[in-house]
Amino acid sequence: MSKAILEERKDQVHRTGHGNPVEIACNKESLAGAVSQRACVFCGSRVVLYPIADALHLVHGPIGCAVYTWDIRGALSSGPELHRLSFSTDLQELDVVFGGEEKLTAALDELIDRHKPKAAFVYSTCIVGIIGDDLEAVCKEMSLKKKIPVLPVMSEGFKGNKRAGYLAACKAMFQLVGTQDISDVPKLSVNILGDFNLAGEIWIIRKYFERMGITVVANITGDGRVEDIGRCHGASLNLVQCSGATLDLAKMLQETYGTPFIRVSYIGIEDMADSLYQISDFFKEIDPTIVEKTETLVREELSTLMPEIARYRKDLEGKKVAMYVGGSFKAFSLIKAFRHLGMKVVVCGSQTGTKEDYNELAEIADPDTILVDDANPLELAEFIKEKNVDLFVGGVKERPIAYKLGVGFCDHNHERKEALGGFEGMLNFAKEVHSSVMSPVWNFVPRRANRNKGVNKETGNV
Amino acid sequence: MSKTSNYVSTTNACKLCTPLGASLAFRGVEGGIPFLHGSQGCATYMRRYIISHFRESIDIASSALGEKNAIYGGGPNLKKGILNVMIKYEPKVVGVATTCLTETIGDNVPMFLSEFKKEFSELPLPEIVQVATPSYNGTHTDGWHGAVQAITEQLCLEKTSASDTVNILPNMVSCEDIRHLREICEDFEIASTILPDISETLDGITLEDYVKIPTGGTPLKDIKKMSGSKATIEFGRCLPEKTGGASLQERFKTPNYRIGLPIGLRESDVFFETLSKISGKKIPRRYEQQRGRLVDAFVDGHKYVFGKRAVVYGEEDLVTGLCSFLTEIGIDVILVGTGSKNKNLETHIKDITRDVATCVPEVHEGVDFFDIAARAEELKPDILIGHSKGYQYAKAWDIPLIRVGFPIHDRFGGQRTKHIGYEGTLSLLDRIINALLEKKQNDSPVGYGYL
Ligand code: SF4
Ligand code: SF4
Repeated sequence: MSKAILEERKDQVHRTGHGNPVEIACNKESLAGAVSQRACVFCGSRVVLYPIADALHLVHGPIGCAVYTWDIRGALSSGPELHRLSFSTDLQELDVVFGGEEKLTAALDELIDRHKPKAAFVYSTCIVGIIGDDLEAVCKEMSLKKKIPVLPVMSEGFKGNKRAGYLAACKAMFQLVGTQDISDVPKLSVNILGDFNLAGEIWIIRKYFERMGITVVANITGDGRVEDIGRCHGASLNLVQCSGATLDLAKMLQETYGTPFIRVSYIGIEDMADSLYQISDFFKEIDPTIVEKTETLVREELSTLMPEIARYRKDLEGKKVAMYVGGSFKAFSLIKAFRHLGMKVVVCGSQTGTKEDYNELAEIADPDTILVDDANPLELAEFIKEKNVDLFVGGVKERPIAYKLGVGFCDHNHERKEALGGFEGMLNFAKEVHSSVMSPVWNFVPRRANRNKGVNKETGNV
Repeated sequence: MSKTSNYVSTTNACKLCTPLGASLAFRGVEGGIPFLHGSQGCATYMRRYIISHFRESIDIASSALGEKNAIYGGGPNLKKGILNVMIKYEPKVVGVATTCLTETIGDNVPMFLSEFKKEFSELPLPEIVQVATPSYNGTHTDGWHGAVQAITEQLCLEKTSASDTVNILPNMVSCEDIRHLREICEDFEIASTILPDISETLDGITLEDYVKIPTGGTPLKDIKKMSGSKATIEFGRCLPEKTGGASLQERFKTPNYRIGLPIGLRESDVFFETLSKISGKKIPRRYEQQRGRLVDAFVDGHKYVFGKRAVVYGEEDLVTGLCSFLTEIGIDVILVGTGSKNKNLETHIKDITRDVATCVPEVHEGVDFFDIAARAEELKPDILIGHSKGYQYAKAWDIPLIRVGFPIHDRFGGQRTKHIGYEGTLSLLDRIINALLEKKQNDSPVGYGYL
């Protein structure tokens, strides 16, 4: 009876290059019982907002939702670290019966006095949606009382998927925008959207901008600050990385303040350089020297990077990669980055890709690449085997799938602790890929060692 | 402790939610797959969390409720979910645990399941075990014990013919601990049913293929025969009144021995003596040797640890066992904290440390790390003992953290940590002494070569 791909999921898998149009079903609710790799609305909001380091992040709900998201990312801060603590109203049975508003008020009262944050985000979880607490009213009251923004994040887990959480997060952040003075913001200025400063990546990027003479007004949200977000409408341009997380905010800024945005990526050589060129192009009317500055920057960076990459490439040439990422935008950059290493992406999946994303993916992917939306462990395992890949790229939940199959793994998700962005990051990336793919351990795993012939039976997969 | 009296919110919890414990327990049944009835997020989060400790894939299915289901009830999704899991995983047992969401909307899971069994009676259905695990009503340990009780009550339904088997309900110990337990039983030549048995299912080997449901786990046929066993031993002084062991005793008169987690000399003695008493067999020489070696190490190491001040936190039964052990070697446990509530922890710890301890530990239930840290800071501990979550405090106070229990996600090998028996105790002892020595060595400007 066993099948790797459930009938109802067939239309969420696509193979490129057979002349068939990409008609992949996506943005669907996850199928019951399918062991989706996806999280929930709350998760979406939480991951976007959490890196704002001087805000209080209070999860209104039972304990699990807060505890599972406690400091799980490597989002670094150059100053306050309030974001690394896990606050929860830890709802108990009585609260569920009688409502949790009183407790929420008391919690905010206590925590704001204790930590003196610049703002507070209050996340709604499934249960709060059910018991019907009026988060907005409580937050409004606390804002007045404490004289800081206290913002409800309407992120009840069951009301859609992660993507809905991104929107809720952007809506909450947008309430901060416009609250600070922008008279001293220079013309050559940008906001960095959609980078979470994992392992300090934003610091790498900011240095490039500095060399180009560009001021960064707000980091949204890696190493983020409430006041910076309050004046981010003063920047001339928004740089949006990652397709899902902060695009909504960029759109709101455009609508309300007329700030244009471009989509950028700091992953891989091509996309990193291309992003910098796009930015210099945008600003060249105001400052014609920026073009040269950017060219110099890229040239300098590449002259140190490329020889090193070439060393790794020698070993990696021809190796095959499967990847499963959150947003598909990152997938574009990764495919190109792997090409620089001489590697071929043969499976590419995402949790929250859109139709356009998959179309674009199909265009840049090699023929016969498997594209998959909202996959699950059994499907991923199936594809890894079918394509006999050497490396799997994903997040923590995907790691054991690769390892159990005896395949190298590289974490390119939110929990990585190595900076993989920027030119420096590309080198780290190459190093990490190399150290996994080339490790001698793969010689000993049953799949490659041709051992344990009987084991297949044991696993019940045949 | 200032905050515990007017508890408002939680900062850095020292507990996890109920369905997580249930999921772990269900995973220890042969052919079992955990299934959370609720929204998708909970299952995904728990998987991520569990993976970071065990470094093992754990598939937890979910009924993936959406907004409509939350309003109109989750029955259809639950049924559909189980069908899909059957197709994909071919489980022998589906362990259904509720989440806060489905508890709050009041889904009648037992009813849904009996409807399900009727509707699909022509299919080869797996066993379905269900447990109510609203998280606002307990912690992951309650989920674990609840699931164990549910497994015995829903799968062991009749009195089977009397056997010499001993049931062991080991509480939330590591995979290595379970392997050690099995080894002990083998050396005693005792047939045993260890429930749940996560030793292989959460610490598997590399294979040629992705395993849908790993081999191992407590065999279903053994669970069905637990009623006929000679006795049950369940670990845990802080257990609720109703447990798997209690239920077997009540329903089938299978004698239930409830003893503490065998950590430290005396609690391990109790375990070995109980095994010996039930089986009528002498304690194998091997364990007398291990015991002797442990006492020998106690003596060798006593000067390094006497009077050192420890803060211990984590699951209620684990901390009780640790306190028992630590007081035996002269470490002053100055503070004990757990996120659980209503476990009578203070009494249990008093009982176990009474005749040995040189100081009476301060015991707090229902605390988070904010509470623990606030008080510990005043008490100036020399060492922290507990899971990974205490790391930032150990770092801030520049004292060693001995990682035990669950979760260990900033170190390697949490699933292979041995805590129980003379051997487990000995390895804990080594780690504690070495951590203290290392600190001494590092702090010294000359860094002694002999310590
Ligand atoms: S809703 Fe309940 S079951 Fe789900 S993660 Fe939160 S605490 Fe755990
Ligand atoms: S309860 Fe809801 S919000 Fe919390 S983790 Fe589960 S799905 Fe997400």
